[in-house]
Amino acid sequence: MKFINYLEKVSGVDIFGLTSLILFFLFFSIMVIWVFKTKKKSFQEISRIPLDNN
Amino acid sequence: MQVEKFYYDNKIVKAFGIATIVFGIVGMLAGLWAAIQIYYPAISLNLPATTFGRLRPLHTNAIIFAFVGNSIFTGVYYSLQRLCKARMFSDKLSWLHFWGWQAIIAAAAITLLMGVTTGKEYAELEWPIDIAITLIWVVFGINMFGTILKRRERHLYVAIWFYIATWVTVAMLHIVNSVEIPVTFLKSYSWYAGVQDALVQWWYGHNAVAFFLTTPVLGLMYYFLPKAANRPVYSYRLSIIHFWALIFIYIWAGPHHLLYTALPDWAQSLGTVFSVMLIAPSWGGMLNGLFTLRGAWDKVREEPVLKFMVVAITCYGMSTFEGPMLSLKNVNAISHFTDWTIAHVHIGGLGWNGFLAFAIIYYLLPKMWNTQLYSKKLATNHFWLGTIGIILYAVPMYWAGFEQASMWKQFTAEGQLKFQFLETVTNIIPMYVARSVGGLLYLTGALMMVYNVYKTVKQGSFIAEEAAEAPALVKEAPHKEYWHRVLERKPVTMLVLSLILVSIGGLVQMIPTFLVKSNVPTIASVKPYTPLELQGRDLYVKEGCYTCHSQMIRPFRDEVARYGEYSKAGEFVYDHPFQWGSKRTGPDLARIGGKYPDSWHYNHMYDPRSMSPGSVMPPYPWLLDKAIDTSNTAAKIRAMQTLGVPYPEGYDQQANRDLMKQAETIAANLKKDKIETAPNAQIVALIAYLQRVGTDIKLEPKPLAENK
Ligand code: HEC
Repeated sequence: MKFINYLEKVSGVDIFGLTSLILFFLFFSIMVIWVFKTKKKSFQEISRIPLDNN
Repeated sequence: MQVEKFYYDNKIVKAFGIATIVFGIVGMLAGLWAAIQIYYPAISLNLPATTFGRLRPLHTNAIIFAFVGNSIFTGVYYSLQRLCKARMFSDKLSWLHFWGWQAIIAAAAITLLMGVTTGKEYAELEWPIDIAITLIWVVFGINMFGTILKRRERHLYVAIWFYIATWVTVAMLHIVNSVEIPVTFLKSYSWYAGVQDALVQWWYGHNAVAFFLTTPVLGLMYYFLPKAANRPVYSYRLSIIHFWALIFIYIWAGPHHLLYTALPDWAQSLGTVFSVMLIAPSWGGMLNGLFTLRGAWDKVREEPVLKFMVVAITCYGMSTFEGPMLSLKNVNAISHFTDWTIAHVHIGGLGWNGFLAFAIIYYLLPKMWNTQLYSKKLATNHFWLGTIGIILYAVPMYWAGFEQASMWKQFTAEGQLKFQFLETVTNIIPMYVARSVGGLLYLTGALMMVYNVYKTVKQGSFIAEEAAEAPALVKEAPHKEYWHRVLERKPVTMLVLSLILVSIGGLVQMIPTFLVKSNVPTIASVKPYTPLELQGRDLYVKEGCYTCHSQMIRPFRDEVARYGEYSKAGEFVYDHPFQWGSKRTGPDLARIGGKYPDSWHYNHMYDPRSMSPGSVMPPYPWLLDKAIDTSNTAAKIRAMQTLGVPYPEGYDQQANRDLMKQAETIAANLKKDKIETAPNAQIVALIAYLQRVGTDIKLEPKPLAENK
């Protein structure tokens, strides 16, 4: 049973895969850049939230 | 700054905690019972309700939705209040959520044992229960967001993001996969058919594992691990990357192995890279968890809570490494339909979900009852029994899967299949026995926990209302901030953003899936089922035959030699729901039609061992006595017509006449072989269905060159 045969006939199906790939890539890069640009100290504060109260 | 006093609601946490324990034991018992049936069918007591085909869905549903579900709610209701420095939004909603969920579980248990099922794995519950799930999920959502909105803590800690993403995605998955058309109060047909139904179901199945069994539990890990170890998570940075990468890649990587094939080559290779990339965030999360314990290993040696967590996190790492491997084509060709998959999911279920649930219970007990754990030693013994149980479960199942797959594929020098199907099953029976011993050990450990819980509760005194205080949240003067900082303070934005993210991932897969329907080449000779066959098919679904039998012959040499022509997409266009199955404890049935005379099936269903000595298939004697319920035939035909199955107009009125005519033919046929049966016995409908399966394309004038 080969799905490729049926999917290939869906015209322009590649565009769905490609769009999501590009979207993901952009989102991911921006997120990573942001994470590494943010100061470590502000993260340290947040990471203590569970510990601060009981 | 004014400090406000308030109380945390521990009662609701306690209620969910008790439910977790009770349903954990019930779910494990059902699993053990089902496991023993595989080598000792008689232990089903020959009751319809407790045969393998009905018990297995009960086991999976109980573990996923009752045990893990309640453990998630336990942890969320405890941690959310503390992370938000606020009591739950509404006590009424909390209790509505609690009782609603338990009522759903009770309804699920009863209906599944009655054989009321949609036949779609992990989504077996019928439409009224599906609606109840949706409503209660909304109640949970309102309660959660209400709490988040009235919080006294400016930042949303990463655990809460995981809860939010879980809520959004599970809602979407549940609704899309449960689109079905009701026939009667307890019977519906899936809106989708065949290939399309399978695609939706896999998309659901894959993501249910991701967003019900993984993301909420990761949220719990990010709260309870730092608490138990009394130190912040190793890298908060990593946890952010973990979160976004995970929710995006997971939803996106659903039925990737199906979709990527349609992409251009370069994108395909990139796609493979991406699905293997799922290992990165998963392992990032695992390492983040384990590194949190750096320098605290002496604590791990003493604290059963941390012990459970270490093994849980390690199992998370193992199964998320194995998952992407299993999605590689050549690995999947071996693992699929065998016990390998069973081993894989139990590393996740027993190790990751089970052990993390135990850790949380052991952590919460002394806190909420203001005492010490009754016996650390007992908890440590529980830990070891559980760990040995997991190993004893998983190793034999991996072995069994691998060995069975290789036996299926062996040919003699003359080009004949070397082994009968049944031989490949009886050969691994020792492994099945070992597996149930593993399960028994794990269950014994859990029972030790029950005793420990009981003793601890007795010696402590429950703090129903835990006093706390925190300054109210004041509005900050607006100033420039990084977008994520802004984002993480705004839960609603966060909700919307994660919804957008997952629905992009979802849509990208669903649109081609919906387009597939009109692109599945129809095969002219494939016709709708006759009314009798339709009733028989519904019995096949009801008895859960799909838990042991697949209906999907893959284009491999050994499968074509063993079962016949490989399955074509066009053959399933009238299959609401699809019945491809996921595990072959019995042989594939996609070409069973015409393979044996009617009388063979009659005798085989009555007592499988009379026809196949040594068979482990359960007997179905009640099918010989019970009558077909013909009162709903017309409604079933009409429902099928609504779904686009081309029965002639007005056929619903004529259907029962045709049904009886065909039934009498089969009864007469059986009589020739000296079998007396009432034509309206259920077995007659089932035989009609079995004799039809996979025969339509044989009527097709065959252009041989086109095969392949
Ligand atoms: C516990 C797993 C299990 C369940 C549940 C189960 N079977 Fe089976 N089935 C087997 C095994 C194992 C065999 C192979 C040995 C034999 O022929 O009995 C088999 C064989 C068969 C065969 C013969 C296949 C062949 O090609 O020889 C048919 C037909 C069949 N089963 C129908 C059913 C139906 C219908 C149901 C549901 C009412 C069902 N089975 C439920 C395990 C199962």
